[in-house]
Amino acid sequence: MLAKRIIPCLDIKEGKTVKGVNFVNFRDAGDPVELGAQYSRAGADELVYLDITASHEGRKTFTELVKRVAAHINIPFTVGGGIHELADVDRLLSAGADKVSLNSAALRNPALIEEIATHFGSQVCVVAIDANFEQGDWICYLNGGRIPTERRLFEWAAEAESRGAGEILFTSMTHDGVKDGYANEALATLAEQLHIPIIASGGAGKREHFRDAFTLGKADAALAASVFHFGEIAIDDLKRYLRAEGIVVRL
Amino acid sequence: MNVAIIKYNAGNIYSVSYALKRLGVEAIVTADPERLQKADKVIFPGVGEARTTMDYLRKHRLDVLIKELKQPLLGICLGMQLMCRHSEEGDADCLGIFDVDVKRFLPQAHTDKVPHMGWNTITALRSGLFDERQEQQFVYFVHSYYVPVNPFTAATTDYILPFSAALHKDNFYATQFHPEKSGSVGEAILHNFLKL
Repeated sequence: MLAKRIIPCLDIKEGKTVKGVNFVNFRDAGDPVELGAQYSRAGADELVYLDITASHEGRKTFTELVKRVAAHINIPFTVGGGIHELADVDRLLSAGADKVSLNSAALRNPALIEEIATHFGSQVCVVAIDANFEQGDWICYLNGGRIPTERRLFEWAAEAESRGAGEILFTSMTHDGVKDGYANEALATLAEQLHIPIIASGGAGKREHFRDAFTLGKADAALAASVFHFGEIAIDDLKRYLRAEGIVVRL
Repeated sequence: MNVAIIKYNAGNIYSVSYALKRLGVEAIVTADPERLQKADKVIFPGVGEARTTMDYLRKHRLDVLIKELKQPLLGICLGMQLMCRHSEEGDADCLGIFDVDVKRFLPQAHTDKVPHMGWNTITALRSGLFDERQEQQFVYFVHSYYVPVNPFTAATTDYILPFSAALHKDNFYATQFHPEKSGSVGEAILHNFLKL
């Protein structure tokens, strides 16, 4: 059976790991390659590295980091942040990344999804969606949750799939940093509606939340950051717990 | 040991050379016929589309060369599919090393997502690629097309239906999954290949 995936996410600034709490207030959580290797040894199924640096210099630092990750880590990893055009995707895949994650760039230029799918295949193209639940609807946001758009979660996810996205990484801004569980209802709706894997993000606080994302939310993978970075949940413990709960995981 | 990775218009062939480097082997990435023929082991990686890649191989006469290699060769993912007779992807005639055709996954239920992406178990293992440690272990797959179970099947995985996770015939070995991305299990399989 295909296993449900556990994915630690590492936010990178100037080549170092940080973690946002509700997308602001950063705290340092170590060297990205060493942290990734530790997660891999503990049983992480994939890693996500998000570059939150804005500067040109920072981009070069990040590309160098991607090469180091590719050299040292023996599981798949996705990179995101600062992708504006096909050349950025080419640079990151050539540096050794397995997949790229598009967020604001896809909202601003949806045709980029098709370009990536055509050139490199859908399997490399993850479309990340940050959405907040407000006045009865899921509103998509740009720029790391700073700028609201006219887009709604479900219609945008469906469009992304039809344009060639290989996976949807849905972060609920409403749940992110609150540690009270994932947005399971919205996740289940996405799973019903789409035919590509859904990665749940935002809201993990305890082991039960992961179980619920897979059972209630019907997610294919669950992503988290701070509960792993600060050692609140150990990945190997989490996976043994999930297996005991009847969920197929790689141990 | 002299290991050559076949260089062609595929994405991410470097992850294979990184994986070999972690095992202490410095591989060369080349399309040069002489260097490929002289290598102790050859790896035929693959991320890409079947028809485009076959056209490229033919244009550079790599199709004939690959079929005539005598040393152990390992095809990975698309590499394995191209070693078969024909692929539904782009209706492509392939190398024909394995006398079997490559099919597209047809979802039977809403939960059957294509591509088959993620970690799945391998079973019914045979050939020198595997030892008893890998039976029922998880390895990493990303693919939309599959090779049906056939007389060359050297490992089986179940997704929508049982399919070939690995193939073997004479000096030709192949895996549908990515050993270079499959953690310590994948490293053991690559190590077994290097020992052949």
